[in-house]
Amino acid sequence: MSRLDARFRIDYPGFCFDVECTIPLEGTIAVFGSSGSGKTTLLRCIAGLTRASSGLLRFDDTVWQDDARGIFLPVERRHVGFVFQEARLFPHLTVTQNLKYGMKRSYPFRRRIAFDHVTELLELETLFQRRVSHLSGGEQQRVAIGRALLTSPQLLLMDEPLASLDQQRKKAIVPFIQRLTRELSIPVLYVSHALHEILQLADHMVLLKEGRVAATGPIQDVFSRLDLPGLVESNVIGAILETRIAEHEPQFGLTRVEFLGRSLFLPQQVLPPGAPLRVQVLSRDVSLVVGAPPATSSVLNTLEATILEVSESPGDQYAVEVKLDVGYPLLAMITRKSFQQLRLRPGQKVHAHFKAVALT
Amino acid sequence: MSVPEMDWGPLWLTVQLAGVTVVVLLLVGTPLAWWLAFTRSRFRTLVEAIVALPIVLPPTVLGFYLLVALGPHGLIGGPWKDLTGSALSFTFAGLVIASTFYSLPFVVQPLHGAFEAVGKKPLEAAWSLGASKLDAFFTVASPMAVRGYLSAVVLGFAHTLGEFGVVLMVGGNIPGVTKVLSIAIYDHVEVLEYTQAHFLSAVLLIFSFLILTIVYTINRRLPIHVS
Repeated sequence: MSRLDARFRIDYPGFCFDVECTIPLEGTIAVFGSSGSGKTTLLRCIAGLTRASSGLLRFDDTVWQDDARGIFLPVERRHVGFVFQEARLFPHLTVTQNLKYGMKRSYPFRRRIAFDHVTELLELETLFQRRVSHLSGGEQQRVAIGRALLTSPQLLLMDEPLASLDQQRKKAIVPFIQRLTRELSIPVLYVSHALHEILQLADHMVLLKEGRVAATGPIQDVFSRLDLPGLVESNVIGAILETRIAEHEPQFGLTRVEFLGRSLFLPQQVLPPGAPLRVQVLSRDVSLVVGAPPATSSVLNTLEATILEVSESPGDQYAVEVKLDVGYPLLAMITRKSFQQLRLRPGQKVHAHFKAVALT
Repeated sequence: MSVPEMDWGPLWLTVQLAGVTVVVLLLVGTPLAWWLAFTRSRFRTLVEAIVALPIVLPPTVLGFYLLVALGPHGLIGGPWKDLTGSALSFTFAGLVIASTFYSLPFVVQPLHGAFEAVGKKPLEAAWSLGASKLDAFFTVASPMAVRGYLSAVVLGFAHTLGEFGVVLMVGGNIPGVTKVLSIAIYDHVEVLEYTQAHFLSAVLLIFSFLILTIVYTINRRLPIHVS
């Protein structure tokens, strides 16, 4: 697995961008943070579009920038794809010419992504002869993604590629991005300030705050941490489960998914049985039962759990967060009153009732 | 009115001068306009003002300074003489250099505007797709700035065609060498040859009108829309 070692510092008037991180380049890596936290700057520094006054950047063992040694590899020699917020297509070229612009400039021995594969994946065939100015925003962005992919980049950088699109077009493009990493095995560094996009797409996450790295790690870890500003307030703390669709129960409007050999139910999904589905269990959607589980319950999802740890809820002074082990870490947010009545302590066996939400 | 007995020399010379000048201007003006469009240097405004000077300066003033500079001991004429063994003043080459200065803003300003309108964004996209800086200039920036080039060529050409004051100062009035159209018209009027003056003036007027009309039409139809 490749990795990126980055250290950049830029002093702006009134703002210091000072980032140091190691990013494993596999799957989709989300760069998240509020606006002005330095997400775009980080991406541009990695691409070589912005030159940090002091920086060190290594892609595996290849040095892309090392100011101590006066090394700076220009962007055109880094073999990265960049998808900007706006499509930035070339208006004097047709769609096909746009798509082939970077491909023609790549070394033939580097090309491992076929033209037909990309155009099929992004459903671009019907657009080939169209003028760029006659494309809709979503179509333009798909062409831009295809154009970047056709250079067979060793890393794809996407700077809020969906920011300029409306909700409906966003929904249409997200599945394409998901398929990219799976089918073409190109690592994607994805900048966004939309949490639901990240929850849906990312495997790994770099959280930026005021020009610094606040947290980095696998997305499951980051979203079950309680000390991260921005996440806690957004009520998105909870476990992320990689499940597989088992069957649909249309008579109840439910879908059964399998996770670690157990069944979970959630509202009916459109994906076919066998398809992978990412599911989130928010900590506020989990309740705990001590003792034998009720023989019958209206709650569909119940798992046996062991309490690992109890801590203050950072978002609510009358609540506590309970970290559980169900063969996988799960978080539950319960009221302080219940916590005292149930006399919860680490090591105790309980049953967790919860609602699961599909991240699509 | 029948076509009068004419000396076509000045017309031909003028076209040659304007043509050569435009080529020189494109070679000099493109990098200059590019620099003006993208530099963050604090000398930018200074250079911009210098480039625009010929628009406001009386041609005789510009011509006077150029005459001094092109002279055998001048800033440009001196080294030229050392290099080639001949003087610059009152030669065709001298006229080309003078016209280059004189028409510089008419080429640099449209190009500057066009490059600014193209902006950094498409270039960054091109670089990220593996294009070198020069490659991106020729395959992205230039085609996107095609309207600017068209305006630059036409304005530079037309402006050099009508040059009078500067030519008179640095070129004099040597038939076949420096006697251009506007000076020929002046000569005809001086000796009261109004028919010839009318004819040459009409040629210049119609030509200028036609070329501007053609340019504006093409400009309107060009498919490039830089947002």
